[in-house]
Amino acid sequence: MKTVWTQKGFLIPAGALLIAILLPIFASEYALHIAVLVLLYAYLSTAWNVLGGYAGQHSLGHSLFLGIGAYTSTFLFTKIGLTPWVGMWIGALLAGLVGWFVGYLCFRYGLKGPYFALVTIAIAEAMVSLTNNINFIGGAMGLEVKWLGNSPLLMQFESKAGYYYIALVMLVIALWLVYWLSRQRFGYHLIAVRENEDAAEALGVDTLRVKIQASILSAFLTALGGTFFAQYFTYINPRNVFGEGPSIQILLFAIVGGLGTVWGPAVGALVLVPIAELARGWLGGSFAGAHLLLYGTVMVLVMLFMPKGIIGLYESIRQRLKRGSSAPEEERTPA
Amino acid sequence: MIFSYELLAQAIVTGILIGGIFALISVGLSMIWGVMRIINFAHGEFLMIGMYIAYFLTAKAGWDPYLTIFITTPMLFLVGALIFQSTIRPILKDPSMNQIMLTLGLSLILQNLALVVFKADVLTSSTAYTRMNFMLGPVVVRGSQLIAFVGSALTAVFLYWFLQKTESGRAIRATAQNREAAALVGVNVRTTYLLAFGIGSATLGVAASLMIPFYYTSPTVGLFFGLIAYVVVVLGGLGNFIGALVAGLIIGLTESVGAAMLPGSLSRVLTYSLFVVVLLFRPQGIFGGKQQ
Repeated sequence: MKTVWTQKGFLIPAGALLIAILLPIFASEYALHIAVLVLLYAYLSTAWNVLGGYAGQHSLGHSLFLGIGAYTSTFLFTKIGLTPWVGMWIGALLAGLVGWFVGYLCFRYGLKGPYFALVTIAIAEAMVSLTNNINFIGGAMGLEVKWLGNSPLLMQFESKAGYYYIALVMLVIALWLVYWLSRQRFGYHLIAVRENEDAAEALGVDTLRVKIQASILSAFLTALGGTFFAQYFTYINPRNVFGEGPSIQILLFAIVGGLGTVWGPAVGALVLVPIAELARGWLGGSFAGAHLLLYGTVMVLVMLFMPKGIIGLYESIRQRLKRGSSAPEEERTPA
Repeated sequence: MIFSYELLAQAIVTGILIGGIFALISVGLSMIWGVMRIINFAHGEFLMIGMYIAYFLTAKAGWDPYLTIFITTPMLFLVGALIFQSTIRPILKDPSMNQIMLTLGLSLILQNLALVVFKADVLTSSTAYTRMNFMLGPVVVRGSQLIAFVGSALTAVFLYWFLQKTESGRAIRATAQNREAAALVGVNVRTTYLLAFGIGSATLGVAASLMIPFYYTSPTVGLFFGLIAYVVVVLGGLGNFIGALVAGLIIGLTESVGAAMLPGSLSRVLTYSLFVVVLLFRPQGIFGGKQQ
């Protein structure tokens, strides 16, 4: 992980970025739609990865922050006409605050592993029920983002290219941020917490503080994606932003691509989203849920056969080739 | 909000009856955790499978709903055992997060497979028991819920007897207490895991048949009951058998009384809040650690 993406390795991301910038010139609207989804989920998964991958605190309820971002900007837009460009930052700040609160509560009381996962699910589910019952934000019916014509100042575009470039910029910034952070003291602290919290604590890392900071940052970034989500799909309701579905989709790509790696979430989304969307396109009419069936299957297979994800697999193949001999397989004896 | 003691009494009775079912759904999950330290996130979906089996037997084949127990229970044992052998056993020693992700993946598969096969329709099977209600003072007691409560209690007693008195039951308890020591005194840990997972799943078969006369079946029915099971199990203390039973009643009462007092579906918020508070301040559950 440390050596792949040095100097020469940057050719690949730079090339990918160039292709990404030029894509709207020759891609159809449908292809662009899939590309937007790839970028959006790559972005959300990258945001999750800060807390889930680097700090090793696996939130299964990140839809909480997605929903806060989506609802805040959409509410402000539909009720007082505030542009989502401003609303998204208000939503992100709010989500950061909630991220601090959730992080403080959980980590202060030493919740980890399955317990932390369960609390995050419960909080997100509680938000579904809560928002279902709040009428001025639409209750179970949700909110619709009113279409006011092509108006970039309101984050509304006639063509998908507009959304595409916003998502691209968001993803590039998020990836750069995570890449940069992973080389800062903060990033090393996160990894130390993940690998061995007691040892990190003994070496003087303020683990509580580090985990809470990761929670805030992750929540903040996820909520920005929430606003984009609402603007792009133009409709949100409690189940489709706060529910279990989005929570799983947010973390899925990080898991498949490679937990705690800079590129893992993006690679995971790039591989999976197009397959899932094509499957949805072909089978959607007769098989609602076809893409989720695929996601579930991939989750199971990845956990069984390549728990370190695509990046992990790539790393081990690379190292094996470098050594010229087979690297020792991971020990995995059945119980 | 109109408040009356009749309403409260009704909510309490319903809550206790529903709580019995919650308890039955949760003991299996708790036992699986106690023995192999795994939270099965597909637990609710196993229940869903059982409910579809029970539904088709009653609504399409005309069976008595309670007779379907003899099909759903062994079927769920089989489903649990097969899924355990093929997917869960290989990752028993992996980090807990991988186990969570794997079982979460299983739940996605089962839920959406049901969606593909049975569509999103909400199925209700009205049986002779569905309308069998009687009055207890001012309170309406639904016969099907009373039967479900009694059935749950009997199943719990049977399971308790099994764990305490039989050789296999002792092996399960021994493995839950100390795997290495159990292996040393001759317990076959591999078989015990399989058995525990199978039995933990089979309890959902019983629950499914008991619920069919008064609860609808749909691909997403497992979502709610799965979450309820985690709440109950954590509240009672992970791996604590008696704890899960008591916690089932507490959550049943919370849901039911909450629904009577709070507008809309806000009682859900109450249940989840209770869960979060317990996890934060007493993660070992209100009845302390595990004591099988």
